[in-house]
Amino acid sequence: MTEETSRKTRPETLTVGIAGSRLTTTQREVPANDPPPLPPNSDLHVVGKRVPRIDGARIVTGAARYTADIRLPGMLYARMITSPHPHARIASIDTAAAAACPGVRAVHVLDRYEKDPIVRYAGQPVAAVAAVSQAAADEAARLVRIAWEPLPFVVDVESARAADAPLVYPPNPDDKVPRKGNVRGPVKRGPRGKPAGDALDALANSPVVVDHTYRTQVQTHATLETHGVVADWQPGSAIVYASTQATVAFRDELAEVFGIPKARIRIITEYMGGGFGSKLGMGPYGVLALHLSKKAGRPVRLMLDRREEQRCTGNRPSSVQHLRLGATRDGKLTAIHLSSYGTGGVGGGAGSAGPAQNMYDCPNVETEEADVFTHAGPSAAMRAPGHPQGCFALEQSIDAVAEKLGIDPLRLRDLNDSNAARREERRIGAEMIGWSARHKPGADKGTIRRGIGAAQSIWYRFVRLDSACEVRLDREGSVEIVSAVQDIGTGIRTVLAQVVAEELGIDPRGVIVRIGDTSFPAGPSSGGSLTTGSITPPARNAAHGVRTQLLEVAAPLLKADPAHLDLREGRVVVKSDPSRSISLREAAAKIGPDQIAVRARRSEDYGTPPLPPGQTSGMGLEIYGGVQFAQVAVDTGTGAIKVERVVAVHDCARPMNPLTIESQIKGGIIQGISYALFEDRTLDANAGLMVNPNLEMYKIAGSRETPVIDVHLLEEYIGRTSTDAGGIGEPATIPTAAAVANAVHNALGVRMLELPMTPDRVLSALRTVRS
Amino acid sequence: MSDSTKGVSRRGFLKGAGSAAAATALLDSAVLTVREATAQITGPPVYGPGRTELALHVNGSERTVLVEPRTTLAAALRDELDLTGTKVVCDRGACSGCTVWIDGLPVASCMTLAIDAAGRKITTIEGLATGDKLHPVQEAFIEKDAMQCGFCTPGMVMTAAALLERNPDPTLDDVKEAVSGNLCRCAVYPQVFEATLAAAKKRKASQIAGS
Repeated sequence: MTEETSRKTRPETLTVGIAGSRLTTTQREVPANDPPPLPPNSDLHVVGKRVPRIDGARIVTGAARYTADIRLPGMLYARMITSPHPHARIASIDTAAAAACPGVRAVHVLDRYEKDPIVRYAGQPVAAVAAVSQAAADEAARLVRIAWEPLPFVVDVESARAADAPLVYPPNPDDKVPRKGNVRGPVKRGPRGKPAGDALDALANSPVVVDHTYRTQVQTHATLETHGVVADWQPGSAIVYASTQATVAFRDELAEVFGIPKARIRIITEYMGGGFGSKLGMGPYGVLALHLSKKAGRPVRLMLDRREEQRCTGNRPSSVQHLRLGATRDGKLTAIHLSSYGTGGVGGGAGSAGPAQNMYDCPNVETEEADVFTHAGPSAAMRAPGHPQGCFALEQSIDAVAEKLGIDPLRLRDLNDSNAARREERRIGAEMIGWSARHKPGADKGTIRRGIGAAQSIWYRFVRLDSACEVRLDREGSVEIVSAVQDIGTGIRTVLAQVVAEELGIDPRGVIVRIGDTSFPAGPSSGGSLTTGSITPPARNAAHGVRTQLLEVAAPLLKADPAHLDLREGRVVVKSDPSRSISLREAAAKIGPDQIAVRARRSEDYGTPPLPPGQTSGMGLEIYGGVQFAQVAVDTGTGAIKVERVVAVHDCARPMNPLTIESQIKGGIIQGISYALFEDRTLDANAGLMVNPNLEMYKIAGSRETPVIDVHLLEEYIGRTSTDAGGIGEPATIPTAAAVANAVHNALGVRMLELPMTPDRVLSALRTVRS
Repeated sequence: MSDSTKGVSRRGFLKGAGSAAAATALLDSAVLTVREATAQITGPPVYGPGRTELALHVNGSERTVLVEPRTTLAAALRDELDLTGTKVVCDRGACSGCTVWIDGLPVASCMTLAIDAAGRKITTIEGLATGDKLHPVQEAFIEKDAMQCGFCTPGMVMTAAALLERNPDPTLDDVKEAVSGNLCRCAVYPQVFEATLAAAKKRKASQIAGS
């Protein structure tokens, strides 16, 4: 086995630019062992093609095994005991009655409550029981007696900011960020890699100012497969089946908690039923289940129920954004100032300033963001943290500036956004939606009023160097790729097969892909739209290594130089004389050892300053854009908004599989509509409890709320890796709510400043224009 | 399965469960077969609270399970018969993730007691294909990429396939209506519409060709 890494480089000519618009080349140093650059998709056979998922048959027949489906011999079932109070002190815990319950095999209380016996939100996990059936575990969980001393609580973000509000956390002198009561921050920042300027001064001197305050709600991930594990403790080691989007991170956290070497823990995630950011960490259920398994000496299955899922596994924080934009009379932005706060309950991360900081070319950009702690379930990364909420504000204010100046909103963006991909996306999308026929805001008459709006996205090129693959070819001709990377639903399994198939000239359906297992080479976590961009380059590099060795084996058989051979359609072919060929199987049979196996790791982006030593993740130079256009019909009698059509034009560097990319884009849009119109985690301020911890009162978009969606995918080459692939998960959902809001404004002539845009809010907004 | 199980009503079960509650034990209680239960009690048969033997007709074969009367069909399929293709998502009839067919009609198996399904024809996602030959809806779901994480897919496929059983020539609106109870968080709805319509078209074409 060889490791394909090297610090040596060679100069290489790489294609850059947008296919169909303008493609040029650039020279960059690339690692000496990296394969030659991949040509544009039009010259490829498998990569960039609409390849159906190679595991589609397993999914549609129910054969795909998710964590919830794992059944091990002697397996026990667990149930958590969670806090019924939003804030309380635990005086004592008595587990005797639960432990004595028929069928119960183990009870475990989280040890954190020994140091800090306080629960800070309703639904917070405290303990768990394991029994021979789920019914027995459920029964026993009710018998754990906890003596609670309820404490004052606050779940409303405005009340939590008050000086006399009950504190969620005691003061923390070690925190570098200033904290006053429940308010942590503000953290002040300017744009990435550019000076901030003086936004307040520039605003004071701007001839045109738009000053709005926007509000967005708390959204829950509501993954269909709940969080959970099947944990199997074996003395000094463990095998844990986990519904996770980060097998490696899960393993590392578990190893730390249990004080055993990482290599002795194996995490397996063959299939997982949705994450959207909420399954990047281990959570208390992972710890509880492994403790229970250790105590009982049997495997333990702990899957959360729906109520627990909605309350304690994460959410997108709320936001209150005071956004001010300044511009010149000819439409150049002079200032962007954002002051925002929001609550992620007991968690932080309520910032929403990314779009304001980085979307537009503006000389003065200043933002300040604060977290407000409340006695509510913890936030977690959720599909483009901070960005849908930030865009909802920024993109509406940009439209408002355009309206004040009497400039077309797309033209205003052309004046202030130099990103080449987005410029092209605005042009293409405008044509597709029929932008030129768009009426003036509020010009439509009648009960049902229609409008068109646009909004754009920004996301970042995150890179994980801890991304590795091994590609194997055995003497029977079987091709296999293995990596710890998990498929969160994007279809990375299929994309890996495509990359290997392209390199070896075979059918992607013939590639065996084994992923989601930490006993394989490390894979990146699936979050931040980084999976495809991080894991496909090592896949190609490893496959290229196999190719090179195979051609050496085949050369004497064809009496040709390896450099004169090619692999296509399952055969080794002499390039100059395709009639001279042997099948890949015949060539593979002559491999000396049992197999050729090549392992490769992600190298740094070409032509990019290297990461500091020891750092394995960073950000590339490019950003991802994306522009979406929405057409809505608003019923002015009922206040109901119907999104009729969305046109989405996106870029993700080289599209690896347009079929699965389009699925991600459409899904991101529908999730964005769901966020814009329906979803709202509702807490009762008096009881401190979530009143909709389910899927009937927590409304997510269904078939009836699905519009016609037309996707146009840009093929943008950036010349940064051996596959030049990028990501699409986050960009797809970032601009949707903003585009819908701008379309509603176009339909009604009023601006919706708060999410979700429910019928009552639409009717109130309409009353303000009528009166 | 004998006809006697067909007569089991939820009310009858609950009534019996109440009178027998004192003797309860969750798991290790004596097993009562249907026949024994019927013999012991006059009037409508009463089951539980202990485990009861039921015969379920699943995917063309008769399977015996030993479950408490409160066990849902979803739990019996998944936990007793290892038919884990049927997913439990909301566990209260809000998402249709657990859709199976009973006598050809789609039902939420999380809202159906196993005892009520005894003696009836149950079809799960594992039984939709004919051997290696996928159902046209399954084929179309793969072709149109009507899946992402795949957790809603079995329920979605069962609902869409049931639609084609009762309406071989659906409109787009018919499809939207049929799957309006099936939630998908990855939101693959447009591809589900496309796939279901494509499957109907293909099935119709093959029937015309075959006739």
